[in-house]
Amino acid sequence: MTSADITRTTTPNTAEPLLVLSGVTKRFPGVLALDGVDLDVKAGELHVLFGENGAGKSTLINVIAGTFPPTSGSFRFGGEEMSELTPHEARAIGISPVFQEFSLVPSLTVEENLFLGREKSAAGVLDAGGMRKRARELIGELGFDLYPKARVDSLDRAHQQMAEIAKALLGNVKLLILDEPTASLTERETGRLFELIAKLKTDGVGIIYVSHRMREIRALADRVTVLRDGRHIKTLDAATVTDGELVELMTGRKIDVLFPTIAHDPGETAIEVHDLSTADGLVKGVDFVARAGEITGIAGLVGCGKSELVRAIYGIAPIASGSVALRGKLLDRLDPRTSLRRGVAYFPANRGVEGLALSRPIRENVSMAALDLSRYQRGGVIRRAAERALIGPIMETLKLRPPNIERAVGDLSGGNRQKVMLGRAMARDLDIFLFDEPSVGIDVGAKVEVYEFIKRLVEQGAAVVVVSSELPEVLALSNRLYVMHHGRIAALLEGAAKTEQNVLSSFFEEESREKAA
Amino acid sequence: MNSTATLSSGNRTASSGDALDLVLRIGLLPILMAIVIVGTSLMSPYFLGWMNIVNILRMASFLAIIACGQALVIIAGGFDLSVGAVVALASVVTAKAMAAAASAIGGPDIVAIVIGIGAGLGSGLAVGLFNGICVSRLKVSGFVVTLGTMSATAGIGLLLTNGIPVYGMPKAFVQAIGRSQFLGFPLAIYIALAVILVMVFVQRRTLFGRYVYAIGGNLDAAVVSGVSIRPHLVGTYVVSGGLAALVGILLTALVGSGQASLGGDAMMLQSIAAAVIGGVSLRGGIGRVEIVAVAALFLTILGNALNLLHIDSRIQPIFLGLIMVLAVALDEFSRRRTSRV
Repeated sequence: MTSADITRTTTPNTAEPLLVLSGVTKRFPGVLALDGVDLDVKAGELHVLFGENGAGKSTLINVIAGTFPPTSGSFRFGGEEMSELTPHEARAIGISPVFQEFSLVPSLTVEENLFLGREKSAAGVLDAGGMRKRARELIGELGFDLYPKARVDSLDRAHQQMAEIAKALLGNVKLLILDEPTASLTERETGRLFELIAKLKTDGVGIIYVSHRMREIRALADRVTVLRDGRHIKTLDAATVTDGELVELMTGRKIDVLFPTIAHDPGETAIEVHDLSTADGLVKGVDFVARAGEITGIAGLVGCGKSELVRAIYGIAPIASGSVALRGKLLDRLDPRTSLRRGVAYFPANRGVEGLALSRPIRENVSMAALDLSRYQRGGVIRRAAERALIGPIMETLKLRPPNIERAVGDLSGGNRQKVMLGRAMARDLDIFLFDEPSVGIDVGAKVEVYEFIKRLVEQGAAVVVVSSELPEVLALSNRLYVMHHGRIAALLEGAAKTEQNVLSSFFEEESREKAA
Repeated sequence: MNSTATLSSGNRTASSGDALDLVLRIGLLPILMAIVIVGTSLMSPYFLGWMNIVNILRMASFLAIIACGQALVIIAGGFDLSVGAVVALASVVTAKAMAAAASAIGGPDIVAIVIGIGAGLGSGLAVGLFNGICVSRLKVSGFVVTLGTMSATAGIGLLLTNGIPVYGMPKAFVQAIGRSQFLGFPLAIYIALAVILVMVFVQRRTLFGRYVYAIGGNLDAAVVSGVSIRPHLVGTYVVSGGLAALVGILLTALVGSGQASLGGDAMMLQSIAAAVIGGVSLRGGIGRVEIVAVAALFLTILGNALNLLHIDSRIQPIFLGLIMVLAVALDEFSRRRTSRV
């Protein structure tokens, strides 16, 4: 990687940190999102922002990126007071944000997206060759497995994330903002990203990094700033702070263990999949069994077919061949409607896209999958009082905050949105639960609640399948763990064999077997 | 002293914020409507006359009925451009069928009237069904499908009549449906109120209404939640086609003949305008028919006021256009002001 490719100016003045925020307040109607927050980021420093969903991290990085101005407070960047900063100007002076919500145009290609708004051109004519060359170089440098001519909407989330990061690094970067950049990257891609971050730091780039993952904070952070309820709680030296301390500062309470101890009590076979292949070819001849009273995990890299397997079982991904039996009964058709009637629930990984109608209130989203039941309607007429009386307590047990079920789901944070999804499963009687990446995009506090929810389900005798790219999560939760690789089951690990080492080695064995074949 | 000064200035900014909040909360519509009504009644003595009020309400009824169907389609994430053409087709089909039945049967008028109305409604439902099936089966966007059926439907209407009005309907039809009054108001107003009430009920209290919101709000989420998409999409277009046909029949009874020139593009555009001004989101998932009906009333009052004030008919569309853009802009603005918690 040559530093000429990722161009940046040398830090001019070391007396003042690169970015200095003091007393920054941001008020939305009815909400004080930031309340007098101080933050400074030095050149060459990685500064982690840590806090629960709704703590103000997003608002803060949006203020820094120029999305909206702070209500009050001072914002200095590179020794100059910033006022009326627009996103465009922010980029021009070297503030480059990578948000969780991507800023990519789906119908354009990767390279068109990279150069969007700063195309190379001469007299209004695009320099396509020059841009292609530059895009190739940049992607090569980053070590991303990304084809510059691919349309963004044809890419999966991980590759879109790579495109987004590449876009942020094209140009003159002084301050890079990364909002949970590894949420959908594989271990290898994450490794690449970390190398890149180290390189950027030695080049004097300041980095603001938002993450809930302790391991990343340990590996990368110089300093950590904890936010809670829009207030600056503490800025700490990452080398000396403990995990427990951070979580305690973040939540304002003590959380001893992230993963609950779950008593598995395997009973009858709930799901039996035989020689299943999906129409898109991502699942090839899979045999899979999940039993009542235990958690069956499915681990694997992004794109290995683990999501598609549960989606096929639920009836969203069309199957090409093979069979699915529920409780010993072979199914002749698979679609979400009949799956729900048979007691199967599916929790999609991408809640915004497949899970929730954002413009509709919580109540309607929770009852959406259960309205065919007679306790919600009679003859096609909804029993509104009954609906309210059933949904209210469900969201209460899930600790929805604030506890107003008439709010539009679009106004909720990630943790609350996941609660709406969980509530939907509680709105009807179900006993088979398929979780696709249950903890993506939610904070530690909400994660603990999701795990507790899963624990309750299993201990009441439900069959739970957890698909996850986060290895510690599936290892800790599942009783039996399937490892998938390139659409096939690479291993089934149980008991003492269920270790990170074995999961990783089964990838490599499968890889070498494929190469040999 | 100093502190009181800051306090009062703080109060002033808060109150200007409150005024904006008030506009956002009750919406632009009642405010505009009040301005138009008060302004016009001061300038024109005819405006608040009984005849004019009845006239406004009658025309608003027609628009409101169509806009209710249009709103339902848009909430489900679609578009129905064919409503204006369906009005014309239903008018022609009703008149032709009724005249033919009247001369063939010769019996009591009621039989011919029922046959005529049935045929007219049937033609609208058929166009709606065709729209819905094309949208849900062939996965063609509603905009394109209904653009096609709009053209085809209008063509059929002209073909059936050669552009000549169709006469020969029983007098009783015109007297009973077109001209009859109840407590001083024409029948059309009561029909519109009934349609609006039924639609409000459908939207709020039925599975169909709820699923339409869910499908428009997030199609994929509705699929995952086990909602069957096709019948509901088809249903929205069928309702829209049926309601447009109903207006066609009412207009036919009012003018006393079947005409391929009734409805048309102007009515289609107005129905979309009423839906949008009435707060229906073009992204789908949001909108309430009762507000759409108020928007239809507002548009009718506005048109009437502009006529009474002798404003050039070529200038009138400019007002409509500006108000529509303003309404949508305000909607966007209020959306952006809400923040996440």
